[in-house]
Amino acid sequence: MKKGVMRPGHVQIRVLDMDEAVKHYTDLLGMIETDRDDQGRVYLKAWTEVDKFSLVLREADEPGCDFMAFKVVNEEALSQLERDLVEYGVEVEQVPAEELKDCGRRVRFSVPSGHAFELFADKKYTGKWGLSSVNPEAWPRGLQGMKAVRFDHCLFYGPELAAVYDIFVNVLGFHLAEQVLDPEGTRIAQFLTVSMKEHDIAFIHHEEKGKFHHASFFLETWEDVLRAADLISMTDTSIDIGPTRHGLTHGKTIYFFDPSGNRNEVFCGGDYFYPDHKPVTWQAEQLGKAIFYHDRVLNERFLTVLT
Amino acid sequence: MAGFQVLNRTTGDRFTCQDGQSVLKAMEQLGLKCVPVGCRGGGCGYCKIRVLEGEFECGKMSKVHVPPEAVEKGEVLACRIYPLTDLTIECVPLPEAALAKQTTTKSLR
Repeated sequence: MKKGVMRPGHVQIRVLDMDEAVKHYTDLLGMIETDRDDQGRVYLKAWTEVDKFSLVLREADEPGCDFMAFKVVNEEALSQLERDLVEYGVEVEQVPAEELKDCGRRVRFSVPSGHAFELFADKKYTGKWGLSSVNPEAWPRGLQGMKAVRFDHCLFYGPELAAVYDIFVNVLGFHLAEQVLDPEGTRIAQFLTVSMKEHDIAFIHHEEKGKFHHASFFLETWEDVLRAADLISMTDTSIDIGPTRHGLTHGKTIYFFDPSGNRNEVFCGGDYFYPDHKPVTWQAEQLGKAIFYHDRVLNERFLTVLT
Repeated sequence: MAGFQVLNRTTGDRFTCQDGQSVLKAMEQLGLKCVPVGCRGGGCGYCKIRVLEGEFECGKMSKVHVPPEAVEKGEVLACRIYPLTDLTIECVPLPEAALAKQTTTKSLR
């Protein structure tokens, strides 16, 4: 957080059918619908999140991710980061306050991997869902499905990882927590953090620009991940792989798809990060184990099925 | 016999698809692998096939992978088509997926 970027704030995902998507993200993941706007977008949050929304769904004829946004500590930091981006040669676009309801102004920019990101400082504080901020109970009743705790991170696929690294690390103050290096020492995967989490965002090398691999949501326990797997079967939801463990980050995980083919992850555990930690390196020759610690072999679908 | 017969002319596989069931789901349930399985949601384009004979209904599919002119040529996603008659299908090369595979292999050695 050394430059004031605090945490993932929201992600806007394109879906082919809004009703099916809302049902998936509420009934199955357990997120809570908090609003809709006149563009037809639907706003959702997970129950522990204090701001009004972390997931925005937009109906479109092509699934994928429109942008991911990070919340910064205050307006002063936002202005400084904006100047730093411009000075570094990154083109920024101003998105006025209220373009997303109850969200302040956003600074939008694209990185050479072909993905769009935003920074913002203000969003309506609604508090944890179903809990008082004074003498709060352990958890709220009435949560659905997997009872997702929070929107945690995204993984994007695209080219030019080194240029993306420079922007996130040198301009925005992220740290490199984990990486995959090929035998020549070229970084083909980078897991970046602004927090104590092992990743707030990750990139894997891919020739085609702007591809979306998954949006991930946090669960508390391995039992919760198993229960998520049960719910995926009960609802006949398209599964990708899991439950299993990653070598990278050591998180315990399961992957599945929303009704438009966007990949979701729910996971628990994983390593933690402090700024004095040196990056963890996985060798590309061990990529099977790095991604799926138990199978230790690559799954073609995990590497090539993207939106 | 209930359902519709699907013949994959590329691989020679035949399977039965129940009324209201997608071609991909019918294939998967029988343990066949004659069409690649991706997201199963019309989004990733992995299960693209060409329908040579027969009638079907379509669910929503990503326009990037299936533009309207492709649908007219019978190029659709197996996860999003529901037969109305027996079907003959064939696999179509996936330039994008093939490229991705090649790239991955190259960058990982």
